[in-house]
Amino acid sequence: MTHKSDYTAAELLAILSARQLKDGMVVFAGVGIPLLAATLAQRLHCPGLTILFEGGVIGAFVEPGKLPPSTNDQRCTVRANMVLGSAEVLLLLQRGYVDVGFMGGAQIDQYGNLNSSFIGDPKKPKTRLPGTGGGNDIASLTNMIVAMKHEKRRFVENVDFITSPGWIKGNDTRRKSGLPAGGMFRVVTELAVFGFDEKTRRMKPLALNLGVSRAQVQENTGFPLEFDSDIGVTEPPTEQELSTLRVLDPERLYIA
Amino acid sequence: MSVVKPYDKLRKDLSARDRSLREKVVALEDVASFVRDGDSVGIGGSTMSRTPMALIWALIRARRKSLSCSRCIISSDGDLLFGSGASDHVITSWFSQGILWGVSKVMRHHVETGKARFEEWSHLAIGMRFRAGAMGVPFMPIRPMLGSDVLAQRPEAKEIDCPFTGEKLLLVPALNPDVALIHVQRCDPYGNAQIDGLQFMDIDLAMAANKVILTTERIVSNDQIRRAPDQTKIPFFAVDAIVEVPYGSAPHECYGVYEPMMKHMEHYVELVNKDPVGGMKEYLDKYVFAPKSWAEFLDLIGLEEVLTASRAGKSIYDA
Repeated sequence: MTHKSDYTAAELLAILSARQLKDGMVVFAGVGIPLLAATLAQRLHCPGLTILFEGGVIGAFVEPGKLPPSTNDQRCTVRANMVLGSAEVLLLLQRGYVDVGFMGGAQIDQYGNLNSSFIGDPKKPKTRLPGTGGGNDIASLTNMIVAMKHEKRRFVENVDFITSPGWIKGNDTRRKSGLPAGGMFRVVTELAVFGFDEKTRRMKPLALNLGVSRAQVQENTGFPLEFDSDIGVTEPPTEQELSTLRVLDPERLYIA
Repeated sequence: MSVVKPYDKLRKDLSARDRSLREKVVALEDVASFVRDGDSVGIGGSTMSRTPMALIWALIRARRKSLSCSRCIISSDGDLLFGSGASDHVITSWFSQGILWGVSKVMRHHVETGKARFEEWSHLAIGMRFRAGAMGVPFMPIRPMLGSDVLAQRPEAKEIDCPFTGEKLLLVPALNPDVALIHVQRCDPYGNAQIDGLQFMDIDLAMAANKVILTTERIVSNDQIRRAPDQTKIPFFAVDAIVEVPYGSAPHECYGVYEPMMKHMEHYVELVNKDPVGGMKEYLDKYVFAPKSWAEFLDLIGLEEVLTASRAGKSIYDA
């Protein structure tokens, strides 16, 4: 069994989120950890995983050591089944061909809304962030898995700005806003794996990562969490998962 | 002014264009005459791919200003447009140099100080705005952006109840830029343009714009185009000027020809993210204003890096 000192937080994130994917799925992956984790899943338990990239790629098979610097680079197309326009690939989400959307996040709230646009008041922002990209489209149209670092400033009660909608204000507010399909499904961090309550749509811990206490998760979260008394513990990364991951990203572009 | 160009005006402007089968090849130093200060400029490619960098470089050298630039995802080209003063308004879904380098300090500096505007739409919304423009209709309906603050900031988009189903939908307005700048792998002297690999939103952009300027890795004969007409993505009658510029996307990539020139990109990012004003000035002086030609700019990037990027670019055909 591997020990905590054998892997980095980013490696743990990539491996735990790769495990969320199932063989045969169609997954729309963002750049960074999602791209890496989807590719890792493809090399391990999901040989039949179909990866879509917003640059216009269906069935990507990214080469080890040649990770694309964005999801719009030619490296994304290697051994793909099809290349198409960016609007066309995004429209597959709207039509319903995509099982899971898979993204990173800068800031998330209790209802799984993501902010990648502004820190502070949008009218006079402290920081202007790069914005949605395909994030809003993916989050609006399919079931979402988010992989992100767990820090109190990133896990807030309400995001400063909803760039990519989760369950908006909980209950049926997402559907009422005009988004009847999809929604936030899982959030994977280096501390725990989260789901969302079926009714209230609030974030809820599903399992703790090895060696992480409830108090530690709560301390790093800006809103109260409810832990089930029989909450599980995730399996630590296996040697095979770690070695496969390191072959994919030998320069540690995304797993630093 | 309405956000959507009236249909009468759209048709009148197109009728006024010379759409005859004629040679349109010009020199890089002459393309700036096709763009006026204050024009809305659509930029082809996405992020670091098939960016019409030589055209942007030429517009900056010609001291164009107040351009309103739209691109699906904008990278260091957006930095250069803001930093040089050529543009004070960017319409896009994502604006930074690249995910590897965090948040662009140049974008931040200009937006946070109010010097320039970064108008954010979802990626699909940008695509459907160009699509509506290409279709000659005033809007397209989409579902994303509903319920988000991205929409709350965009009064230009209109929420409606669908007349067929009663569902909520979002109408995004047509975007018909005055000029489109697009880089392609090959085209003939008339402007029949072939694009390999990822085409992004370039076909809609070309058909939506009122003028199209192409740069091409090489100009080929019309006979060669006719041998594979299925590869032609932009028809000649939509094109107004053509410049042959090998490595015209440098330091970004061009599918099947070269990958991004990462050492140069890293050098650039380090310079401008350390000092978005002084670093930018230094970059512009050295790499945009000082070179006598695009070839001299490539010379500054360095032969070794250009060759490395070329070798990697062509490897797409090895897989």
